[in-house]
Amino acid sequence: MESDVLVVDDSAAIRKILQRVLRQTGMAIRKIHEAGDGQEALEVMKSQSIHLVLTDINMPKMDGIQLLGALKSSPQWHKIPVVMITTEGGETKVGEAVRLGAAGYVRKPFTADQIKEKLAGILDPALPV
Amino acid sequence: MNVQQLMIDLIGQAAANVFSTMLDSQLGAPEASIEKGMPEVNDGIVSFIGLAGAWAGTGSVVCSPEVACRVCSRMLMTETTSVDADVLDAVAELTNMIVGSVKNDLEPHLGTLGLSIPTVVFGRNFRTKSAGAADWVVVRFPWEGDVLQVKLFLAPTERAPHAVAHMMGQTCPLEV
Repeated sequence: MESDVLVVDDSAAIRKILQRVLRQTGMAIRKIHEAGDGQEALEVMKSQSIHLVLTDINMPKMDGIQLLGALKSSPQWHKIPVVMITTEGGETKVGEAVRLGAAGYVRKPFTADQIKEKLAGILDPALPV
Repeated sequence: MNVQQLMIDLIGQAAANVFSTMLDSQLGAPEASIEKGMPEVNDGIVSFIGLAGAWAGTGSVVCSPEVACRVCSRMLMTETTSVDADVLDAVAELTNMIVGSVKNDLEPHLGTLGLSIPTVVFGRNFRTKSAGAADWVVVRFPWEGDVLQVKLFLAPTERAPHAVAHMMGQTCPLEV
């Protein structure tokens, strides 16, 4: 089955890089959707069938932690894996993301291989995330 | 421990890591200095990102339009020859990643810090001034015949544990 992926970052540059990396992973992707903040992401979630979310943490309007909380508390979306891709390395925000149910965490700057490895772990339940 | 030397070391490590990871490129050997926070005339591109918490201040990246275009071209793997929204966005993200990495590595020493959304300015003959900034740590990196500067100003706030220690005359390992 082909997946729809949502990339959430206020940086258009990072969204473009992640689009390119996702296309290189070999994942069966139908479409990659984009959003510039958490609020936009929720709008996309309402209108599309999303299977995986990659999100930054520090964003205007609604940040990645708030978005993660909204998704994990929703009966409709709580099973969708959410991967945090962010500059934040502090235990406070990373710990909060883990507590809220983030499927993984990649720290910026990242290599394409780091993203691929993280997604492989998430898509294959046998591998650690 | 000297905080300014720690900032210089961490800026060097963070910038080198961001350039090698995201741009597949190597920066030259950095040169560091301490500069007074006087308003200075700028041409080109200046980005700012705020830091707040037990310590507060600003991180900044300064470069020419040519360097900014090259950063964008390498980051997005597209050919860019003039400063447009993509170029400004690439410099903003470069600033976010370099200063964000420095912030993460400073936190074990200085306490939890928050990072703002970056702002990028492009123009000619403009002046910048950061309120309250005294001494800036400035690290200049040669890069492919040009120069890119990373600047950082941080000062303890009243909430900083070591600031309290200094006020109370207690022993503190941090040299401010």
